[in-house]
Formats: sequence, C-alpha cells, structure tokens
Amino acid sequence: MIASAFEIVRDNWLLLLIGQYPNGPLGGIAATLILSVLGIVLAFPFSVVVALARLSRRAVFRVPATVLVYVVRGVPMLMIIFWVYFMFPLLLGASVPGFETMLCTLVLYEGAFLSEVVRAGIEALPAGQMDAARALGHSYPRAMWFVILPQALYNMLPSMLSQWVGTIKDTTLGYVINVPELTFAANQINNRLLTKPFEVFLILAIIYYVVCFSLTHAATVLERRIAKRRAGPVVLDPALAAAQ
Amino acid sequence: MKGFDLTAILSNPEFSGMLLHGMWMTFVIAVGSWLLAMSLGILLLVVRLLPSRIADGAVAAYISYHRNVPTLVQLMLWYFGIASLLPDDLQAWLGDHNGESIFAIIALGLCQAAYFSEDLRSGLRSIAPGQAEAARALGHGYIGAMRFVLMPQALRNSMPALVNHTVSLFKNSSLAMAIGVVELTQAVRQVDNESFRTFETYLIASVAYLVCSLLIMGGGALLDQHMKAMGRAEP
Repeated sequence: MIASAFEIVRDNWLLLLIGQYPNGPLGGIAATLILSVLGIVLAFPFSVVVALARLSRRAVFRVPATVLVYVVRGVPMLMIIFWVYFMFPLLLGASVPGFETMLCTLVLYEGAFLSEVVRAGIEALPAGQMDAARALGHSYPRAMWFVILPQALYNMLPSMLSQWVGTIKDTTLGYVINVPELTFAANQINNRLLTKPFEVFLILAIIYYVVCFSLTHAATVLERRIAKRRAGPVVLDPALAAAQ
Repeated sequence: MKGFDLTAILSNPEFSGMLLHGMWMTFVIAVGSWLLAMSLGILLLVVRLLPSRIADGAVAAYISYHRNVPTLVQLMLWYFGIASLLPDDLQAWLGDHNGESIFAIIALGLCQAAYFSEDLRSGLRSIAPGQAEAARALGHGYIGAMRFVLMPQALRNSMPALVNHTVSLFKNSSLAMAIGVVELTQAVRQVDNESFRTFETYLIASVAYLVCSLLIMGGGALLDQHMKAMGRAEP
C-alpha cells in the first residue's frame, strides 16, 4: 500500500503541484496557496472596514456590518459559494471563472470572520489609549489610524496566521464548483486510477496536514514571541534598572 | 427572468417536499455527528488526563490531524478511501443503507470531537488548581472531584467555545453533499435544477440555515447565562 502511494506521488507530482499548467489553468498546491494568500490579503482591509463599522456609533454603518457578520456566521460557506456563483454573472452580465468566484467568496467569508478578530483586538486595548490619543488632539479617525489600529493589528498577527490556515482549508470547497486546486487535482488522479482511492486521498490529507501544521506551529511561536514583547523587558531589580 | 415568487416553491408540494426532506437529513447528520463528537470529545479528554505520555501523545496526534486537514478532505478519505478497504459484504450493506450519510456522520463527528475535546480541556485548565485540592481535601475521590467540582466549572468556562463549534458543526453538515448525501444544500440544487427559480430556492435555504444557526447561538447564550447564574447561586 505504501509502495503504491509512492508510485502515485511519483507519477503525479506535477499535477499535485501546479495542476495542468502550462497546458491548462494553474492548479494543485500552487493554486491552493495563491487562492488562500490572495483571499486573506484582500479580506484583511475588508475586515478592518467591517470591524470599524461594527464599532461605529452610527446605525448606518453598524447595522449592515452586524447583519453581514451574522449572516456569514450562520450560513454554510457552500451556500455563499453558490450565491456568488449564480449572482455574479447576473450582476456583471458575463461569466465568471471558478477561481474568481472562489476568491470573492473567500474575501467575503474570511473577511467577516476576521472582522470579529479585529474588533476583539481593538476592544482588548485599554480604553485609556483612545482617551489619551483624543486628549493629545487627534481626531477619532487619526487616533484610530495612528494609535489604536497599529497596536491592535500587531497583537492580532497570530490570529491572522491561524485565519490563513482556515482559509487554506476553506479553499477545498472550491471543488464543488470545479476550481482547479489541490482537492480537484486529487480527484482527477482518483478518477483516472479508479482502484486506489485510499492511497490518493491519504496523500491529499498528508499534503494538507504538512502545510497547515507548519503554519499553525508558526502561529504558536509568533504568539509566544508577541506575548513576550508585550510584557516588556524583565526587570529583576527596579533600583538597578533605575541606576542604568 | 421570472418575477420573484416564493410561493412557486413553497406551495409546490414536490419542491417543498424535497426541501423538507433535505432539512430532515441536515438535522439527522448534525444531531448524529454532534452526539458522536461530544461523547468522543469527552472520552479523548479523559484519556488525555491519564498519567501516560503515550496516551497524551496519541490524543494530541488525533487532535492535530483533525484540526489541520480540511473537513472536506476528511469526508472524502472516509467515503472514497476507507470505504474501499472494507470487506465487500459490508460495502454492499452500506450501499443499501444510506452509506454516505453514515460516513458523513462518522467523518464530521470524529473531526468535531477534536475541537470539543480541546474546548473542554481549556475550560478545565482555566480552573484554579486550589479547586481540585480543596475538593480532594473535602474527601472527594478523583471521580467525585471531577464530577461535582471540576467538570461543572469546566463546562461553564467552555460554553462559548462549545456553542461556536456546534454552529460550525451544523454548517459543516452541508459538506455532506460532496459525497452525495441529499441534505439541504443538495436538495436546493435539485429544486433549482427543476424549478429554474435559483434566487427563491437559495433564499429559502439560506434563511433556514441562518435561523437554525441563530437559534443555536441564542440557545447557547441562554444556557450560558443560566449556568453562570447557577454558579453564583451555589454558596
């Protein structure tokens, strides 16, 4: 069984890595990673906007943002994929490829979840930060931009890394609308071989595990480092520190 | 393009029947995998508390696998992969008895058990160590201290996380469509194919999902409040 698994990897490594590129669309791990990176990078500014709208005192901003977050939290991602899949061509009047459909869904979905992280990060800062910034003469937007957001976003780095892992896992759902990514490539291999489904899907699971586990581990290390830095340098003897 | 008309779907007995059956399957899969996940999650926690490094490592590996591999891939591995290794008689029996739903419940349940177990563990870890010592000093055995002192507090601490993961389990039940279970999402696609009323069909299903998720969130918040109040009432 292990021998045949190695054989499958040896015969299909290029398909697993980049799909049918350059003879077809880019696929495989490359497409999964590009899709997830683009998704999280575009979702980030969107999530900051949603988070600020949710914290706003004006109902015009707060209510739509809150509704968006609750809808995304309450409806399965597959449903949102199908909404984008059907509604985008209607709105744009042209057909939209699977990759772009999936990217839009990821931005919407991960953005809404990330906005909750951003909001928690902003609310976790002591209220004195905002008060002090305002007392120094900053307007609310300037205080947000120069004082609150830099601190909140720095503290959130590990959560954003975990959100990226979540995004990589969510790209697998593109399979249902035939986005050429890693899960799709594995299914192509399985459909061609027919007799080795266990080996093929085990390889698929191992690849995802290696990618996601390394990133989860990196998030943990980053979290520890940030916690250490936020705690400040260790002062053993206050008198000695004052003397220096 | 036809005008917006919800009744075209809702008052058509065939379409509403398909949607209702889909909702029923979603319910069966969500409840079945929740029960499996919760019992296995508690079992994993108990094994992890044993003073054995092998047991600890095995549970950690289980949790790491289920948290780092996409749920859809786990479903595929069960339905396409592990099913093919079973004896032919069993495969035939599963084919006759809705095998895809059984595999969906197993895969989703095993996956979510990892999350539930971690939720409970972090709830247990956030209790002050003095609680366990005090319970033992009062004459409780290990089981008694767990049952009457530690677990009630751990459960209370982990309620928000458990509710969140229950909602994501409910949402994940839609992934079962990828292995051919006709649950709500798949039923919607079938109704859409037959009725050509994409917007109405998806709207009905999305509202149904949203209402159920909000009910779980609301119910969880109520239960959380109730448990917090109980915790305060006890002297």
